[in-house]
Amino acid sequence: MISVENLSFRYSATSFRLHVPAFTLGDHERVAIVGPSGSGKTTLLNLIAGILTPEAGRIDVAGTDVASLSDVQRRRFRASTIGFVFQDFALLDYLSARQNILYPYRITPALTLNAEARDRAEALAAACGIGDKLDRHPTALSQGEQQRVAICRALVTQPKLILSDEATGNLDPESKARILDLLFEQASEAGAAVLAVTHDHELLPRFERVLDFAQFRQGADA
Amino acid sequence: MNALYLAFAYLRYHWARSLVLTLVAALILLVPIATQILLSTSERALVARGDATPLLLGSRGSQLDLTMSALYFSDERPEPVAMREVEAIWDSGLAVPIPLHSAFSTAGHRIVGTTLDYFDFRDLTVSDGRGLSILGDAVIGAEVAQTLGKGVGDTLVSSPENLFDLDGVYPLEMPIVGVLAPTNSPDDGAVFVDIKTAWVIQGIGHGHEDVVTAAEVAAGSASVSNAAVVQYQRITDDNIDSFHFHGSQDDFPTTAVVVVPNDARASTILKGRYLDGENPSQLIAPAGVIQGLVDRIFRIKSLLDVVTTIIAVAALAAIGLAVFLSYRLRAREIATAVKLGARRGMVLRLLSAETITLLSLSAAIAAIGAAIVSQNAESWVGWLLALGA
Repeated sequence: MISVENLSFRYSATSFRLHVPAFTLGDHERVAIVGPSGSGKTTLLNLIAGILTPEAGRIDVAGTDVASLSDVQRRRFRASTIGFVFQDFALLDYLSARQNILYPYRITPALTLNAEARDRAEALAAACGIGDKLDRHPTALSQGEQQRVAICRALVTQPKLILSDEATGNLDPESKARILDLLFEQASEAGAAVLAVTHDHELLPRFERVLDFAQFRQGADA
Repeated sequence: MNALYLAFAYLRYHWARSLVLTLVAALILLVPIATQILLSTSERALVARGDATPLLLGSRGSQLDLTMSALYFSDERPEPVAMREVEAIWDSGLAVPIPLHSAFSTAGHRIVGTTLDYFDFRDLTVSDGRGLSILGDAVIGAEVAQTLGKGVGDTLVSSPENLFDLDGVYPLEMPIVGVLAPTNSPDDGAVFVDIKTAWVIQGIGHGHEDVVTAAEVAAGSASVSNAAVVQYQRITDDNIDSFHFHGSQDDFPTTAVVVVPNDARASTILKGRYLDGENPSQLIAPAGVIQGLVDRIFRIKSLLDVVTTIIAVAALAAIGLAVFLSYRLRAREIATAVKLGARRGMVLRLLSAETITLLSLSAAIAAIGAAIVSQNAESWVGWLLALGA
């Protein structure tokens, strides 16, 4: 699913440098990335998603060389191929849970909002246990429920890859494992690979592989 | 459509903020438009009243006071002119003089003593009851009827002009015999009586055994509409023949005289007769006086326009700041949209859709407001002009 070779990146305003000689993620694989804060974990996710562009190296996602795409192509690629789950859920308070799940369809022409997508949103919500709360706004949902909505949003476009950035970081210990299991279960059913940044070492046994990121960091600031 | 959907959802969820922004923007748009409509209508109404009154005769003095008093029945009290001036105009055969005696009031409305010619001249029609025929009769304007809740069969008592009037001139009770159809002019707010009735109120004419005493009021055999009045005159079938006037009618006063010349030549001749600065009377063309007043109002309006513009700019800057801060608060949402693959320009499209939706709503409200103002401008201006009288 992902193949990274000789990837180099640095933020122009800082001395932060990231160098990843090689990294792969297989189809349907679930890999955790751990490492100290500022080691570049989130940066790697942004490079894979095409939000950032590398100085050098190759990033191949689902057979596409992301770095070689234009900005417009990267946006379309990201919308159609990748699902994001964020630590702060990143839900929009003015939309209901249903419309939050369907939000990716509202912001890009790469996706078409049709009856099939709406049915898929409802099915995902039901599978995540929030089927009866689709008309509620995020403020009327618990944190766990909000993260379930975020997971549904990441999966509704049927992406091949889920990038999870501290998805369980804001949840209580009981909810963490439940939400991660739910993410794996839904990603597995959708046939998507999962690459997850986490600080929570208790959750690592649930992943198939763990990548320690400290080895890639080449700077003090990030 | 998606940008519009999201914009509408955002505005609906933050409805209080959206409402405030919409109303403020609508007000910024509406105020100058409404002001312009009202001022234009005022100008038309003022000029029309002036244009419809060819000449005005009165005592030498302020032309504006004379015009305001005769055309708008305002509180200005120009020196009275003697009725012999009216007779002089009649005798000239050049014009029809219509005396106006507007020195008294009742319940906040001016009592206008005149002749039947005034009703023909202003094209006033009675919508209920009949016109003036007997001494003491009153015909009220449509606004008077509405404001006081009075109609045919009710009575009005003239307000005492001076609490310490020791001459023993009592207010007059006047039966309302007719209500005029509305004209959106100062006539709507006036109480019309025959000029002789006005002289009775002034104490020039009087009857005998015509005073309703406080004892009669207390005994319930008489009533008053004004609690301050405890004694007043009443003209009845039994005492009307006893009413009489002392002195020569030529000396009786009138506030002003509307002069309707037979033609332009007659007008010019008449004007010439009053050019002498020693003449205690003056003959003026109210249209010119009104135009001068309108020109002054519009000079003030241009100042008002500058103030309105400054306020509008300040209000727009405040709205702009509110919108900018709102966008800053939504930086996280924008970052999320970018990460999820939002199309290039999506954020701008989204924010534009919100701004355009807000402005469209504001424009719609302002348009409705302007339509309402435009529809009611004439009656509102009539009311405003009467208010200033």
